[in-house]
Amino acid sequence: MDISTKTTDAPPPAPQPSLAEQKRNSRGATRPGDRIFLGLSRGSGILLLVIMAAIAVFLTYRASLAISKDHGNFLTTFEWNTNLTPPVFGIAVLAFGTIVSSVIAMVIAVPIAVAIALFLTHYAPRRLSGPIAYVIDLLAAVPSIVYGLWGALILVPHMTGLFGWLNDYLGWTGIFSWDSGAPRSMLTVGILLAIMILPIITNVSREVFRQVPQMHEEAALALGATRWEVVRMAVLPFGRSGVISASMLGLGRALGETMAVATVLSPDYVIHASLLNPGGGTFAQNIASKFGEATEQGRDALIASGLVLFVITLLVNGAARMIIARRKEYSGANA
Amino acid sequence: MSTAAVTDKRPSTLRGASLPKWSPWAIAGGSIVLAVAIGLIGGLHSKVEWGLIAAVLFLLGTYGVATMVEGRRQAKDRIATSLVWVAFLLAVIPLVSLIWVTVSRGVKVLNVYFLTHSMGVVADSEPGGGIYHAIIGSLEQVGLATVIGAPIGILTAIYLVEYGRGKLAKAVTFFVDVMTGIPSIVAGLFILSLMLIFQMQPFGFAGSLALAILMMPVVVRSTEEMLKLVPNELREASLALGVPKWRTILKVVLPTSIGGITTGVMLAIARIAGETAPVLLLVFGNPFINNNPFEGAQASLPLFIFQQYQQSAGASAAYDRAWAASLTLIAFVMILNLVARGIARWKAPKTGR
Amino acid sequence: MAKRIDVSGLTAYYGSHKAIEDISMTVEPRSVTAFIGPSGCGKSTFLRTLNRMHEVTPGGRVEGKVLLDDEDLYGAGIDPVSVRREVGMVFQRPNPFPTMSIFDNVAAGLRLNGKYRKNELNDIVEKSLKGANLWNEVKDRLNKPGSGLSGGQQQRLCIARAIAVEPNVLLMDEPCSALDPISTLAIEDLIGELKERFTIVIVTHNMQQAARVSDRTAFFNLSAVGQPGRLIEIDDTERIFSNPSVQATEDYISGRFG
Repeated sequence: MDISTKTTDAPPPAPQPSLAEQKRNSRGATRPGDRIFLGLSRGSGILLLVIMAAIAVFLTYRASLAISKDHGNFLTTFEWNTNLTPPVFGIAVLAFGTIVSSVIAMVIAVPIAVAIALFLTHYAPRRLSGPIAYVIDLLAAVPSIVYGLWGALILVPHMTGLFGWLNDYLGWTGIFSWDSGAPRSMLTVGILLAIMILPIITNVSREVFRQVPQMHEEAALALGATRWEVVRMAVLPFGRSGVISASMLGLGRALGETMAVATVLSPDYVIHASLLNPGGGTFAQNIASKFGEATEQGRDALIASGLVLFVITLLVNGAARMIIARRKEYSGANA
Repeated sequence: MSTAAVTDKRPSTLRGASLPKWSPWAIAGGSIVLAVAIGLIGGLHSKVEWGLIAAVLFLLGTYGVATMVEGRRQAKDRIATSLVWVAFLLAVIPLVSLIWVTVSRGVKVLNVYFLTHSMGVVADSEPGGGIYHAIIGSLEQVGLATVIGAPIGILTAIYLVEYGRGKLAKAVTFFVDVMTGIPSIVAGLFILSLMLIFQMQPFGFAGSLALAILMMPVVVRSTEEMLKLVPNELREASLALGVPKWRTILKVVLPTSIGGITTGVMLAIARIAGETAPVLLLVFGNPFINNNPFEGAQASLPLFIFQQYQQSAGASAAYDRAWAASLTLIAFVMILNLVARGIARWKAPKTGR
Repeated sequence: MAKRIDVSGLTAYYGSHKAIEDISMTVEPRSVTAFIGPSGCGKSTFLRTLNRMHEVTPGGRVEGKVLLDDEDLYGAGIDPVSVRREVGMVFQRPNPFPTMSIFDNVAAGLRLNGKYRKNELNDIVEKSLKGANLWNEVKDRLNKPGSGLSGGQQQRLCIARAIAVEPNVLLMDEPCSALDPISTLAIEDLIGELKERFTIVIVTHNMQQAARVSDRTAFFNLSAVGQPGRLIEIDDTERIFSNPSVQATEDYISGRFG
């Protein structure tokens, strides 16, 4: 196994086999103190599994109550009228909006985050890069509701200029046409989400780039590579799987972000071709916006949409894990 | 630049012509002047357009000049350097703006009165009132969540590192990863589904349960990392003295890693203290002071911010309160972060980098 | 294409720490010069000043002159990137690019330096791999990753990568220290062949190796830990190992050293 893979993909936690063995064979289970302590810690582990199972079971149960009463098609209906009898609701608009806003966020955030990570590890003066990295660490800790407030009160008014400009030059594409209304649209949401996930993608990528072995960079330098060529030959290929997993982490955050979308977006239940016109919605935003007025029936419907969000985030995380595992296998096999 | 193989006696292959140190500044200055000129003549009103034109001019100028003087490879290198700097500056703008706006608007109404009074008799559109009720709610909910989440997280990590082998440990590790990715609103919906089944009204502790679920995987991960840093020799030394395993863990392993574990728990607290979505679903919000987290709706700081924004129909007094509450929340989270990092540095194992 | 190196009054620092002091020597073209000396005496640092790799280390800086056929590597207007292009380097641990195939590893330096046609590139890669005595072992798996080779093969791959761009000088920093004896022998044979075309400087901890491969040997030493390393003497290898002019050299070579 070459070192490169060892450092990018954090190896699975390695329990101390010798100790575990020792424990089982010798005095371990016989002493009451040991029995109680093992019981407590194993119990906690099992409790975590139980909680995960319970989340799946109870969400599915309440969701099934809602979907069985639904007189629309849960997957393809646009409207969300859960307080009617019979209720009519579907997640088409929400699924579309969730994916579109997250994709916008990723398209903006990933290249910039990778560039900032490179800046911190390979370009910035050393005296600067430490404090900047520290500030980015802290920004990752800013609560999402604060980003939401900032987005709604500061970012939205500042978007009108950009929106007008996009409409003037790219309006003919349809995607960037802007008819009217405050810029509380999917593009604004995507930009805000990008700002929010930037710190986490930057932080993880920076760690990965920092772990690029010196010897690979020196190999490139010694061939007469410029700094950019060193980055392209040695740093980026080495860090690719780490950047992918960092991006997936960011994507998971963007998909499930609630408050920032709820404060910025002016929602409706229509799929808009334009990213600039206000409207649309996301799973999480819809839950927060509709919860107040929802009856029990309505809450079950919201739970059903939450279940879909849950499944989507599980799939994204699973995909990230598979990408990492496959790369590990690939490079491990060559060692 | 040389493209073919080097032939004998070529005197100046080492001497690449290079631009003087001040050239990026000169090109940047020229680009800005030109962009302003274009903006004025073309009647472009948006400063964003001016900036974009300047940036494009700068990149083109750099590339052109560098290609002419230094060659294509150096030009590419310069473009890459410029882009990396631009990306950095681009990202700094919103982040600086966020902090600046929160601080400058937040200090307007942030004073002792604001911190010690509730919104009980103040309408959302009126000035006055404060966040005492929200602070109480936040402290109680986050405190209870920590009391539940931290021990379970730490014990699970101990199980994984000190005992864990076989299928159960593998399953726990896997699901801790899965749990890390749960959106906070889904955790809220889970508790909500239980409350619907038992026909319960919103109360503070329900929020704590959801927050605890969000906290556990974070604590497990960070504690695991810390326990793995404890050298095996220490454990073996203790076991060899005939100390039972559980006492070895309590007296040797945990004290060695306590700094790191504390840091991890504090960072997790900082994370859940800012969560709004589950609190919105489960605790509901309440303008009055409610000291009992086990009965009746409560407020919390992040929820207060959201509701001041949402329910005030644009009243500036409500926005002022929202900013002041944001500043309070950020200050709380930042202090937790700084203290946690301080502890980590202070208690760091001597082998650390 | 092999060039002469003339070093005069060279001093190198790491931050404020002086690593080597006032070194002057001449390295003849188409010869092998070995640097020997105890750990920490600055031989690797000195080697890295010869292609301006020293300044890559944070805080690294250099005073003095290194002339490559009368052109000062540290002169004004000299581009370090071009210097490294003409003074190739092989490192202590084999470091092929892990994500590139064998072919791409050898072609990496060429691709940086300009456009080659496909068959042109094929020819140079084949010639370089043959030059590194690796062609027969890898010709059937040029598209496999370079990290799949054995340590010795990887090191020869790195040599092939370095000579593919036809440098004037080849620097080798303990190229065999991570290899087994058979791979070491293969590399030593290779050095003997390469000196027909290149000026070679090799740092080694293994005195037998220095005696076997080099024409001239330079002995470095430091007076105490923390003191800068100095060049004690440089002479024909035969003379250094039979009848050195400085007592310290003899002590070191005969194992009577500290």
